[in-house]
Amino acid sequence: MKNISGAEAVIRSLISEGVDVLFGYPGGAIMPVYDELYKFEKEINHILVRHEQGATHAAQGYARSSGKVGVAIATSGPGATNLVTGIADAQIDSTPMVCITGQVATYLLGSDAFQETDIIGISTPVTKWNYQITKASEIAEIFAKAFFIAKSGRPGPVLIDITKDAQFEMVDNFKYKKCNKVRSYISIPETDSKSISDAAALINKSKKPFIVWGQGVILGNAEKEFTEFIDKSGIPSAWTILGLSAIPTDHPLNVGMLGMHGNYGPNKLTNECDLLIAIGMRFDDRVTGDLKTYARQAKIIHFEIDPAEINKNVKVDVPVLGDVKKTLKKILPKIIKKNHSSWIEKFRELNKIEFKKVIDTEYNKTSGGLSMAEVIKSINQNTNGESILVTDVGQHQMVACRYTKFNKSKSNITSGGLGTMGFALPAALGAKIGDQKREVIAVIGDGGFQMTIQELGTIFQTKAAVKIIILNNNFLGMVRQWQQLFFEKRYASTEMINPDFVAIAKGYFIESSKVSIRENLNKEIIKMLNHDGPYLLEVIIEKEENVFPMIPTGSSVADIRLE
Amino acid sequence: MNNTNYTISIYTENNVGLLNRISAIFLKRHININSITCSESEISNVYRFIIVVNVNDLQILKLVRQIEKQIEVIAAFFHTDDETIFLETALYKVKSKSLFEERQIQNIIKESRANMVTVKPDFFVIEKTGWRDETEDLYQKLKPYGLLQFVRSGRISVSKKSMEISKFLK
Ligand SMILES: Cc1ncc(C[n+]2csc(CCOP(=O)(O)OP(=O)(O)O)c2C)c(N)n1
Repeated sequence: MKNISGAEAVIRSLISEGVDVLFGYPGGAIMPVYDELYKFEKEINHILVRHEQGATHAAQGYARSSGKVGVAIATSGPGATNLVTGIADAQIDSTPMVCITGQVATYLLGSDAFQETDIIGISTPVTKWNYQITKASEIAEIFAKAFFIAKSGRPGPVLIDITKDAQFEMVDNFKYKKCNKVRSYISIPETDSKSISDAAALINKSKKPFIVWGQGVILGNAEKEFTEFIDKSGIPSAWTILGLSAIPTDHPLNVGMLGMHGNYGPNKLTNECDLLIAIGMRFDDRVTGDLKTYARQAKIIHFEIDPAEINKNVKVDVPVLGDVKKTLKKILPKIIKKNHSSWIEKFRELNKIEFKKVIDTEYNKTSGGLSMAEVIKSINQNTNGESILVTDVGQHQMVACRYTKFNKSKSNITSGGLGTMGFALPAALGAKIGDQKREVIAVIGDGGFQMTIQELGTIFQTKAAVKIIILNNNFLGMVRQWQQLFFEKRYASTEMINPDFVAIAKGYFIESSKVSIRENLNKEIIKMLNHDGPYLLEVIIEKEENVFPMIPTGSSVADIRLE
Repeated sequence: MNNTNYTISIYTENNVGLLNRISAIFLKRHININSITCSESEISNVYRFIIVVNVNDLQILKLVRQIEKQIEVIAAFFHTDDETIFLETALYKVKSKSLFEERQIQNIIKESRANMVTVKPDFFVIEKTGWRDETEDLYQKLKPYGLLQFVRSGRISVSKKSMEISKFLK
């Protein structure tokens, strides 16, 4: 293509990558690109968020529901720095995302020019890769590289910073060629076939094997291979919060959630299994608790795409490097079909104790203030496990992830590794745009909601039919819980005097209502789900509810508390 | 766990910002870098960083894997002192007056097998290349005569065994 501007080259690069939606916010240093967006509005839908952080979370939500790369765009200086939280979130949760930032003109670099900020320096530790473009001729190659890096191997965020002069500069030979190789980068490590047979031997020999899986199964599109693997091996399997929804909730081998607020059985039995098989997870400290007492009795196999994760936190006996879709396929024929029924029964027994002590009282509550679990129950009753759940961070997140029923993969979107309050509202918007056919339900605390509340404006403007549930306990609940348990109820700055959320939603012309009575809860949920368009439901819940089970920080998984 | 001196060799593409990306890995883990050098390697346009750190054997593994994970790092290796041939260069700037007035200085230079780089009317510069204790030894000996300046380079090293990086460059 002859004589197009750098800005047009940016747009054409995006189109070549199949990008049809951008989340962004304009400003001086990115205006040439926005001017092109105006011309290409039929090809690319630009969604104007209300704060750049919202653009990153929306791009993350989009990536997680669609499986595609999410794209966020912002101006230099404050626009760019506002992206940082979302980039860090995408990095730790391995979300494929490309962020584009404008930059001051090349001749001004380093002069402390208006809205100049060193976003390359700032974003380096939280990006998979970043690059500053100062010449229009670099655009095609760098964009191709950026998209390849963001989505290949273990996915992650990439940032491209483009100086304003490069956006204006003309390129006279624009040709876009997709990238599928970067010589210094091994996206998927080679699988040693011995590791497959070693792993199979351990699995076939073990009496009490236990699978712990993470988001790798979903990111690797390996749900089918994973299901075949567990079905044949008959091994009880538990999930990390990001692995949730990879298999249906009621799969007979699903024994529940791992980690700090996970289920009783899988946490306790982590320290009783004779073989721990980790699949696409990274032994985060919220999952392992105290490492010195974590699964010490067991041999450990680790299926993993990122060599840097091997032996990072937990020493493993057999690492199986590679793409989990392929490695699981390879191991399947080597596995003996088994049925570990009495071992699985142990999980069921422990989970029964949890049911009595915790679940029954909150999920089937009949008196007193509404519990968070009841709200999830009502959602379950009315959505049949078909909707996408987006959660923010805090107590409601743990409760929603513990109780929501899923039938489909890519249905649970949450900020796991970074625990970013304010994630859910924009992520829900992005998730809806990434998969329009599905119902998207955001469950958010009253605290986190107010961190990105401005995105109601974006939801209103785009008419994205997101269903928003505010679980309002008038507290920063999770912090309050810690204050109650570990700081003798000194509730320092956790009580919140909240605005009228219904009125705020109405101010944005979003249909809204509030419920605080048990008898009306289900009715209100149905009304929300039946509404054609976005809807906000505020649920007033018990003020001082605690989330249990709980593994206190630094304790062993075996010391999980039920009260 | 005991700490050891490790020499990390990193082959990289020649890109702006890579030093920042690599040093961020040490920063994030609160690990001090003892010395760092960088220059073009035996392969044209491929750069080689040499970083010396004092860490334990688990830390070094994790560090090197994180470094290797960076997109523009071609390959990274680590070696103990026994596994490498390594040197540092030191420069010593001394007042010319001392050279002529203190006989002893000339002996020190001769004994240490250091080289005279330059002699000017008011100062002279000596260069010594070797191990840390050798450059240190000379430093201690010259110190009493008034060192105007002293500087030591980062370690440069080659490994005894080969580091195959050509296979990464296909
Ligand atoms: C940006 C950010 N700031 C602070 C925190 C620490 N934090 C974790 S949970 C929490 C409380 C969340 O309160 P709320 O949103 O009301 O949800 P609840 O726990 O009550 O369900 C806080 C402050 C965080 N995770 N993220």
